[in-house]
Amino acid sequence: MGLDIKIPIGFMFVVFGLILTVFGIVTLGDEMYELSLGKNINLYSGLGMLVFGAFMLIISDLKFGKRIDETLGIDEEDLTKEAKKELEN
Amino acid sequence: MEAFNLTWIDYSIMIIYFAFVLGIGWALKKYMKNATDFLEAGRSLPAWVTGLAFISANLGALEVIGMAASGAKYGMATVHFYWIGAIPAMIFLAIFMMPFYYGSKARSVPEYLKLRFDEKTRGFNAFTFAIMTIFASGISMYALALLMETLLGWNFHMSLFISAFIVLVYTYLGGLSSAIYNEVLQFFLIVIGFLPLVIIGLIKVGGWDGMVGKLALNPATSGFDHSWSNISPEHPMGGWIGIFFGLGFVLSFGYWCTNFLVVQRAMAAGSMSDARKTPLIGAFPKMFIPFLVIIPGMIAIALLNSGDPLFDLPVKGAGYDYDLVIPMMLKRFLPTGVLGLGLTALMASFMSGMAGNVTAFNTVFTYDIYQSYLVPGKSDKHYLRVGQLTTVFGVLVSILTAYVAALFNNIMDFLQLIFAFINAPLFAAFLMGMFTKRTTGHGAFWGLLTGTFSAALVHGFTQPAGAESLVKGGWTGTVLQTFPSEMAQNFWIAIIAFSVALVATIVISLATKRTKTDEQLKGLVYQLTPKTIDDSKHWYQRPGALAWAVGIIAVILTVIFW
Repeated sequence: MGLDIKIPIGFMFVVFGLILTVFGIVTLGDEMYELSLGKNINLYSGLGMLVFGAFMLIISDLKFGKRIDETLGIDEEDLTKEAKKELEN
Repeated sequence: MEAFNLTWIDYSIMIIYFAFVLGIGWALKKYMKNATDFLEAGRSLPAWVTGLAFISANLGALEVIGMAASGAKYGMATVHFYWIGAIPAMIFLAIFMMPFYYGSKARSVPEYLKLRFDEKTRGFNAFTFAIMTIFASGISMYALALLMETLLGWNFHMSLFISAFIVLVYTYLGGLSSAIYNEVLQFFLIVIGFLPLVIIGLIKVGGWDGMVGKLALNPATSGFDHSWSNISPEHPMGGWIGIFFGLGFVLSFGYWCTNFLVVQRAMAAGSMSDARKTPLIGAFPKMFIPFLVIIPGMIAIALLNSGDPLFDLPVKGAGYDYDLVIPMMLKRFLPTGVLGLGLTALMASFMSGMAGNVTAFNTVFTYDIYQSYLVPGKSDKHYLRVGQLTTVFGVLVSILTAYVAALFNNIMDFLQLIFAFINAPLFAAFLMGMFTKRTTGHGAFWGLLTGTFSAALVHGFTQPAGAESLVKGGWTGTVLQTFPSEMAQNFWIAIIAFSVALVATIVISLATKRTKTDEQLKGLVYQLTPKTIDDSKHWYQRPGALAWAVGIIAVILTVIFW
């Protein structure tokens, strides 16, 4: 199966990370953080997810865009197993 | 109970998650060329993917909600489901059983039974498994919809249909691959979504030591930080024999080694080496899941003991409604934003449970029921189409069973009980079949039935303390033994059913003729199969080395939390 699952995982957590980080900054010092013992848990979680998402994308087959065309989808199927192995090496 | 206050930010996180789940199904659609792609993920997935899916398929709502509830009820003793339960069974599956599953031409667990034994053993397993998975999927749906109704005030029917629809779309589009890939995504989401809760909760109660101190305030919960040292025959989990043999051996090996729902994930791996590594790679995170799901339950009790004005656990009957531990903890500690993330993680756990059951049902129905008994000998394209339609059929029947669950709670208890009776003897049949060539089809089949019947009989003569209905036991009217809890009763039923099945299988096998030659059993039985040689480049990548690492870490954890 030609899908590298690290790519959607990476993107999803980058999106979640961005949303929560921005929301955390906007709501700095908000009284709702009394629930989480005064800690801006949105900001911390957001930053954590950004790092995790970015890490997933870095180790994914995307290799910073070099193989974007392949991931978007047309030629993966034509590659024989040997060719795939060569690409990985 | 007061509903959660969600804002647009929580809803956007949920919607984005659904979009990714559906997107993965859509992206995989073009790879679905034949039945193998759809029902076996083309046997092409890398080990880390199948490994995480292996535990994620099981990390359903039952685990998250149930283990937190158990943590609140029994404390660290709950880890027995992991370190003595799942881990040894996962090692056994990887090292000893996977070579036969993956190496034989079997496409499912029932099909292995057909190759090793005979048609009736396969038929029995295929039909009971198909019914079980459909009901399990329905129960997941029902529980999710009920929780959403209680927590968020959503309409029960709407929640049910939306969750069923999402699972249907992504499993219809991408089959088993889609379910597996989504399980990996869900695994990370569940871990990351619940982590903030555990961290903040622990800070609140003053870390591990603070939590232990607060648990000690109540004599009933004071030993909660130990797993083994409080175990006695009066303990709700029963004595160590019940835990060690009933839970650790029979029930766990029966579940992890013969349940096609999890075995299917390993069989989707790209090579024998990857298939064997699947349970072992899954075992590493599995060992640490207790900290994610059991600790919140213990924190909840510590908070109740010490009196936290913001935390409350609804009462149910004589005790607390322990199933609400996770939702009430989310409500107590998480503000909007991470709250949406936590709820999304909860939904993800329900959906992975549902999808896992649906895909396992698909494969067993298409190969072992449709192709074997109903319409054999058609083209591959035909079975691909049937597999896809079975997804629709499976989800529709699940919805139906969800409503059955809503109407008759006891029916669900009853069905789960029957399936529990079947599971323990099944492992006896596998053990004898895989490791002795003398075991015959008649031996396995009648051993299975005898074991199942003896389980029902033991259940009829025993009862857990405080049993109110006959579904809990004692239906013969004579109670010979009362167990401290339902759990302890289950462990002992499993031990007896397994032993009876084992003896019956041996006796009947010896009394009947072998119908399969040594040549036919090659690759299916231990002595007749050449030893699997692993071709991994480095020693530390081999299944044996991984198994030792898993085992040693599990022992260390057990000693630390003794």
